Amino acid sequence: MQNNYAYIALFATIGVAFTVATMWVSWVVRPTHKRTGSKAEPYECGELPIGNAWRQFKAGYYIFALLFVVFDVEVAFIFPWARVLRDMKSAGLGLFAFFEMMVFIAILLVGLAYAWRKGVLKWD
Amino acid sequence: MPFDLHSINLFDMGKQFVFTLTLQKISFLAVAFMTFASAVAVVTMKNIFHSLLFLVLTFLGVAGIYLLLSADFLAAVQVLVYIGAITVLIMFALMLTSKLMAKRVSQTMEQWIVALPVTLGILVVLIRLVVLNPWGMKAAPAGPTTGIIGTSLMTKYLLPFELASIVLLVAVVGAILLAKEDKSDDPS
Repeated sequence: MQNNYAYIALFATIGVAFTVATMWVSWVVRPTHKRTGSKAEPYECGELPIGNAWRQFKAGYYIFALLFVVFDVEVAFIFPWARVLRDMKSAGLGLFAFFEMMVFIAILLVGLAYAWRKGVLKWD
Repeated sequence: MPFDLHSINLFDMGKQFVFTLTLQKISFLAVAFMTFASAVAVVTMKNIFHSLLFLVLTFLGVAGIYLLLSADFLAAVQVLVYIGAITVLIMFALMLTSKLMAKRVSQTMEQWIVALPVTLGILVVLIRLVVLNPWGMKAAPAGPTTGIIGTSLMTKYLLPFELASIVLLVAVVGAILLAKEDKSDDPS
């Protein structure tokens, strides 16, 4: 059981090392002259940016974050269920467990349908 | 003894166990250092958005500590809910705040003279708690907990499990009712 976490540590180490190595190599390889004129722009041959990127966004988008949190918590319930579904099947309770989760998801789908009906999901 | 997380059952164990023990200690130190360093970075960063990014690292470190305490389900939920959802909430709140992202808004606490005794008092209380509390030396549950939780959700706690989805449904409806801009004047 502990060795599974060794894999997680291994992957985390490789991920961090890859990122650091990539940035280090690009730091070594790139030319060092100063960026001036159009070189200093975010898109060298694209649209000129208007204003700063650190600006206030439309408050209506917060509802997407709120909905995301709810369905994220739903995933937290699905996770242990997915872990034991095979065990439940070998215990003869597979269909039962499956439909229990379907009921769980269906109740939450009512919420999604409500959001849809209210026009919350529209990107305006 | 606050930091002797795995000195339990050291006797009567073989060499293999001692090896994993030191490995666990090393990973605990690494995770604790990451948590502590990024927590310090959260409160010292000039840009509040960078603070948020370090908060993610702090949450990840806490998840690692949960793993070391063999609370694997808690670690998964920590990654899912805290890193996944809470961070997104804070990020949205930051992006929706006017002028908070401007560089000239200071992140420095200007009333540190008041804050210092308060935080020092809390620190003293916490240290006393850590030192004086008789930490239970019971061994952690052997094996992953996610399966146990899943089984009890599917059998013993089936009704609370389904009720939880209704609670979440209420949360969806409440969030929509509270946060949606009212367009009732608009007939379309």
